[in-house]
Amino acid sequence: MEVVLALVIGVLGGAGVWLVLRPRTYQVIMGLALLSYSVNLFIFSMGSLFINKPPLVAAGVPPDLDHYTDPMPQSLVLTAIVIGFATTALFLVVLLASRGLSGTDHVDGGKEES
Amino acid sequence: MNPALPHLIIVPIVLPLLVAAVFLLISDGRRQFKSLVNVGAALANLVVSIEILRRVDAGGAPGAIKVYLAANWEPHFGIVLVADRLTALMLVLTGIVGLSAAVYSTAAWGRAGVFFHPLFQIQLLGLNGAFLTGDLFNLFVFFEVMLAASYGLQLHGSGWPRVRAGLHYIAVNLLASALFLIGLAMLYGIMGTLSMADIAVKLPLVADTDRGLLHAGAAILAVAFLTKAAVWPLNFWLVPAYMTASAPVAAVFALMTKVGVYVLLRLSTLFFSPAAGPSAQFGSRVFLYAGLVTIGFGVLGLMSSLRLGRIAGFSIIVSSGTLLAAMGVGEPSVTSAALYYVLSATLGASALFLLVELVERAATDGDARPRSVEIEPDEDTNLDDAEGALVGRAVPVSLALLGLAFMACVVVVSGLPPLSGFVAKLSLMAALFNPDGVEIASAPASAAWWLSGLLLLSGLISTVSLSRAGIQQFWSPADSPPRGLKLVECAPVLGLIVASAWLTLRAEPVLRYTRAAAEALHEPKAYIDTVLATNPMPGQARRREAEEAAP
Repeated sequence: MEVVLALVIGVLGGAGVWLVLRPRTYQVIMGLALLSYSVNLFIFSMGSLFINKPPLVAAGVPPDLDHYTDPMPQSLVLTAIVIGFATTALFLVVLLASRGLSGTDHVDGGKEES
Repeated sequence: MNPALPHLIIVPIVLPLLVAAVFLLISDGRRQFKSLVNVGAALANLVVSIEILRRVDAGGAPGAIKVYLAANWEPHFGIVLVADRLTALMLVLTGIVGLSAAVYSTAAWGRAGVFFHPLFQIQLLGLNGAFLTGDLFNLFVFFEVMLAASYGLQLHGSGWPRVRAGLHYIAVNLLASALFLIGLAMLYGIMGTLSMADIAVKLPLVADTDRGLLHAGAAILAVAFLTKAAVWPLNFWLVPAYMTASAPVAAVFALMTKVGVYVLLRLSTLFFSPAAGPSAQFGSRVFLYAGLVTIGFGVLGLMSSLRLGRIAGFSIIVSSGTLLAAMGVGEPSVTSAALYYVLSATLGASALFLLVELVERAATDGDARPRSVEIEPDEDTNLDDAEGALVGRAVPVSLALLGLAFMACVVVVSGLPPLSGFVAKLSLMAALFNPDGVEIASAPASAAWWLSGLLLLSGLISTVSLSRAGIQQFWSPADSPPRGLKLVECAPVLGLIVASAWLTLRAEPVLRYTRAAAEALHEPKAYIDTVLATNPMPGQARRREAEEAAP
């Protein structure tokens, strides 16, 4: 499972970096989205990977990491997803504004600063 | 915690949040009212910050750190707000700059778009929160709050140059946020905690096999902050974004690079103090050299700029580089001088950003392109349109005022006597060459010479390039008489300059304060102990628990 997750994070991150370096705004925003997926998975994996271990304490089971998975990275990921989603949406708005004002989707607008 | 007003520390976060929420309820037509509320809230923010500073400073050595447990959890687990001398100082600085920008925006910019006022308050909230927070993830949240507001504010007023610069600004900051999260997750994976004080305690205990990973995580985290602090080569976004932003927004943005430097200073002194064993002083050499290179880059940029806005942007880069290099030396006396420099440089840069717009508007009447470099007057320009001689005619009051304010800004930014920029640079150099005979062990001996040389060079180049721009703006024949200036636009600029003059007059107590702050930073034991020893307030639930436990 570790290998699969590491591969997924690596492929998503690599594709994200590649796309962010492309000259079209659409590619940049797709790249940022992929990067944020890989970062979120990375945070999640930092709590160590377990199968069939709940993050919530149940009665009668001693509350330590032998019986539970760490709930902290999961809550961090939730916050990071929300924030990343909001900022990406905001970037999308700016992207559309740029497209409308410059008539092209090149990141530099394709014309000189007036 | 002081029994009177125990919740004072959280006010700089709650107040802007509430005011921003109230703004959404006020109808858009009542702009005048909104502006007044905005100024009132900024004023209240400043007053609260000063009160926090007064309390933090009054408490003597152990009482100098105030801790607030936001949800009354134990400090290892819950959200902690910590106010020590450095935090209080930055809060007051935010208060001063925020108030100036708020007053300035009542003239015109507050009416240029719909959501200026709520965004402005959210920006203050993010800044205050980033200074106050005591755990890493909360720091991330406040950073994002601050940045989200700044994206909106940067675009305020719209127009193609702003959108173009904003696109780059947002993309770079989103990438930096991704790095922030990666570094934070790595630290959590190794340390198992996000509380800064707790990490500092556990850091010396990290196994040697994990230490490389720990350093990698810390370095990735640092790259995110270095991007925000505009360190070369991570600073190409800064000048276009700051130059195109509207004046009050740019004045507040002058603070944002300081947040990056603040976090680096806080975390590096806390985590990699001499108590950290093999990790002690990790990265300080990098800060030193990166800072020196950044000053060099800023100086080159200053020389190549003609427009005032660009010059102001590059002066921000120079001050960031200076701070970072001073921080990299890692000596309390140098850090103390650097903290004084933060105050002076931020006030100067904010005043300059506010002034740039006034000057460019007065001199070119809306057309913000620089004049021709040729300042040799033509034969016929000694006469005005009515064939009257220009010599001996009174300069309009507004232009004279602008000219004097501009001169004062030049003096502060480039570090000439008599204003605070000079005191800041002088004390930095004095600390570097340690007249007390204390050996600076943590940095190579040549560092002091390099930093002092670059400080002097950057002062010279700022003077040259600002004077050049000033000559073009003020001494070239204007095509039309300058429009009248509004009092609310001049007052904040003058206020910032007066604050700088006050810093000069009261240099001794201020330097004593920054000295105490710097010493506390370099001896983080008091900070760690105070934070971790704070007990949750006895509330109803806890009393019940205690009662149940008693029988």
